[in-house]
Order: sequence, then structure tokens, then C-alpha cells
Amino acid sequence: MTALLSISGLTAFYGAVQALRGVDLEVGKGEIVALIGSNGAGKSTLMMSIFGAPRARDGQILFDGRDITQMPTHEIARLSIAQSPEGRRIFSRMTVFENLQMGAAVAGFEGFEANLEKVFGIFPRLKERLRQRGGTLSGGEQQMLAIARALMSNPKLLLLDEPSLGLAPLVCKQIFETVKRLNEVEGLSVFLVEQDAHHALKLAHRAYVLVNGAVTLSGKGADLLRDPKVRSAYLEGGAH
Amino acid sequence: MEIFLQQIINGVTLGSIYGLIAIGYTMVYGIIGMVNFAHGDVFMLSAFIALLLLLLLTQMLGLAAAPAFVAAMVASMALTALWNYAIERVAYRRLRSSFRLAPLISAIGMSTFLANFVTVTQGPNNKSIPPMWDDVIKITSGGAYDVTLSYKQILIVAVTGALLAAFWFVVQKTALGRAQRACEQDAKMAALLGVDVNRTVALTFVIGAALAAVAGSLYLLQYGVVKSSDGFVPGVKAFTAAVLGGIGSLPGAVLGGLLIGLIETLWGQYFSSDYKDVAAFSVLAITLIFMPSGLMGRPDVEKV
Repeated sequence: MTALLSISGLTAFYGAVQALRGVDLEVGKGEIVALIGSNGAGKSTLMMSIFGAPRARDGQILFDGRDITQMPTHEIARLSIAQSPEGRRIFSRMTVFENLQMGAAVAGFEGFEANLEKVFGIFPRLKERLRQRGGTLSGGEQQMLAIARALMSNPKLLLLDEPSLGLAPLVCKQIFETVKRLNEVEGLSVFLVEQDAHHALKLAHRAYVLVNGAVTLSGKGADLLRDPKVRSAYLEGGAH
Repeated sequence: MEIFLQQIINGVTLGSIYGLIAIGYTMVYGIIGMVNFAHGDVFMLSAFIALLLLLLLTQMLGLAAAPAFVAAMVASMALTALWNYAIERVAYRRLRSSFRLAPLISAIGMSTFLANFVTVTQGPNNKSIPPMWDDVIKITSGGAYDVTLSYKQILIVAVTGALLAAFWFVVQKTALGRAQRACEQDAKMAALLGVDVNRTVALTFVIGAALAAVAGSLYLLQYGVVKSSDGFVPGVKAFTAAVLGGIGSLPGAVLGGLLIGLIETLWGQYFSSDYKDVAAFSVLAITLIFMPSGLMGRPDVEKV
């Protein structure tokens, strides 16, 4: 399997705090990779530093064989990589349609209509809400919009940061199923950050455990799910 | 009654010019949350560029007034836009990630620099253009006073209306406008979606300067004179207009401009023209106290 995203020795600071301490990580073509860890472990910083915000202090990030470590954020976004970030960050004063247009701007609106139909197929709810402002959507709908917006650019790799946060279990399940289907049917590679370790490990082919800005454990999702250390830290009696 | 009507006409003319300047304030504030205090001086500078070009074209090259004015205005738009691009690049961009007051202070410095630059190179006194295009339409006659509407006034109001409409379209319907609104709401997310935030901000300064140059050229045409200190007071009034209309709102900026223009002219007519600036600035204070989000602004509360 060839690596689509390959991170080595990544060090990054969030303000004055060192958030990442030499992270090595890989996402292969057609893979779902999960990153689990507790609050403040540096998961979201890792996600954002792939896009250069914050910029890596040390180490290297390769995407599709290209070194993107020092590339400006908006240029990274123009490669086939898209992110549904922490906190969803939809444009609340823009309509759902405009949010989707923003997602497609990178692809130069090539195949805009086809992509639109595709995301409506995945999230029919968005079609009903098309002319509504993003800020008036419910939490679950906003999450759908954030993922749909990321998909509008036809990415090869989708970065998903905490898609389950604050959502009802049913909506959560639906979103995880969608990710699985996109991976199986479209061959989309997914890098997923989750606090809900149980669901994430079940979904992912492989996973990494991040503790205090460093990867302490990695392996197949199913293996980690059975690992006693993982079970005691993230699955049993933990916050989740 | 005739005088009242005449002052309404004058107020709307002046207000249109304030409105055009106010759009620049409001757009820059919208996108980077900064009050560009140098914007009034950019307006003054554009009037000077138009003046120099107009004199050059009419006096030295013997061009007719109308084509010379259009050429001078277009050239002033281009040069002022370039100038404002340079200001943003040199004085603001690097300070954007600094503390909030830093670009503001830099803008005040830039304002002082521009005003003094023009004072040194052009002198502190009024510079004038020969009167041109003075035809008027008499609206009433035979009363105590003939109410007139000049072609220039019609031009000013029409140009303001057309530019506002064109600009509204750009912001609401084009990719550039969407990118601007996206940067306004969440610049980091916009960058994650491939928007070049620096370029979008630079374009906002360029557009704001071009509109200020239209205002500067029309101001020169209407009043016939400009001096190096003309940046400050009209600048602060246009800022007042932007706040009154609701900072961040384009139609609000023009509405605020019209209101400030009317308040100023009517106050000057009926109370005291020495205190007309006081009236305009009192509006700023009253708006900030009782209606901080302005007439057409949005309150800062949002459902998350």
C-alpha cells in the first residue's frame, strides 16, 4: 500500500505550548485511519498542522509524494485534500448552498452539479435546507454540511475532526456509516480524529493513539480495540 | 420651503460622497476588523491625483472638460488603488496577526504620513480646478429663491447608486464576494477551503480605494477645491456614516452617508454652520451609545 499522507517527526507549537512532539504517522490510499486520544492530547493540532496552521516547527509532511510542510494553507487546500475541522466551522451567515459553493471553489467548480447531486444523495437533509442560513441548522445538520462542504472539492483524502461531537447517537451512527460507504464505494481515504474511541476503532482499518503530543501506540483498529492498555484508558470507564 | 428643498438636494449630494468613502471603511472593517484611519487621507490623495491629471489634460493638452474628467477619474482610481495596495502590504499585513491595536496605530501613522506628504508636495492651501459643467435644472422659479439641481449633482447621485448596485452584486453573487464574506466570518476556515486570505484582503483595499477615488473625483468636481487637510474631517464623517449605517453593511454605509450629509447641511442651514461638524460627530456618539450595531448592522449574537 502506498502512503497518501506521510508525516514524520512532526513537531508543532500551539502558542507557547508544545502540542506535538515528533509524530510519525501514515495514511495509505483507500485506508481509514483513526487517531484517538484524550482531550488536549494534540489531535486537532495535528489535523490543522497538516494544513500548516499552526506551521510545523520540525519534521516533514508529504501528501501524494509532495512535500507540503512549508506550503501556504490555501495552496495545500488546492491539492486533493479536504478537512471537516473541529467545531465544524461552517459559515453561519451564508446559506447552505453558498457553504457548498465555498467547498467547491478549490476544484474550480468542475463537476459542481454532479458533486452537488452526490452530496445530496448522501445527506438528503441538506437539499431541503439549501436556502437556509448555516447558522440556523441543528448541530447534526451542521456536521453534515461540514462534511458535505469538504466533499465538494472531490478530495482523495478527507480529514475528519470529531464528527461525532455533540451529536445524538443515531446521527453519529449515520455519519460513521456514511464515512464507511464513501471509503468502500468511492475509495476515499479518511483520516479521522475521534474521542469516541469505540466507534472510531471499529470503523478504522488502522489507528494511532496520541498521548501528550506523541504517538504511543498504533496498529489495526480491531487489535487496538482488544488491547488492554487502550481498553483501560479510552474504552472502559473513561470519559467515553 | 425653497431653501429647505435646496438643502435636501445639497445634503443628498454630499451624503453620496460620504457613502462612497464609507463603503471602504465598512468593507475593511468587515474583513479584518480594523478601522482604517488612513482611508480619509486616501480619499484626499485621490482628489489630488484627479486634480493634477485634470489640469494636465485640460490646460496643457487642451482636452474638453467631460472626457478629461472621466480620464482623470479612471486614472485616479487606478493610482489610488495601487497606493492603497502598497499601504496594506507595507503598513498593515504583518500587523494583522499582532494585537488588535497595532494595525490601528499603524493606520493613524499612515494617515499623518499621507496628509503631510501632500502638504509638503502641494502646499497647505486650497487647490482649485476651473469651474466646469455648470449647467443646472431649475426645479422651482419665481419664489423667493430658485431651487436648482445641477447636472453634477445628478451625476454624483447616479454614480453612487450605480456603484452600490454593482458592488452589491459582486459581494452577493460572485466568487470574489463569497471569498470576502468567508474571510469576514472565519478567515482560517476560508484558507482551509483554498481561499488566499492575503489576496482577498488586498483586493478589498484595492476596491475600497477605487471607490474612494470616485468619491474624491466627484468631490473635486462638485466643490472645485481640495486641500491636504481635507482627508481628516470627511474621513471621520464617512466613518461616522459607516457606524450609523451599521459597520460591515454595504447599503448601511450609503444610507449612513446620506443621513450624515443631510444632518450636516440642514444643521448648517438652520442652526449654525460653525457647528455642523459637531452635529455630525454627535450622531457618532449617540449611535455608539444607543444603537451600537447601527441601522442595518447585525447584532453580534449568533446561534452556534
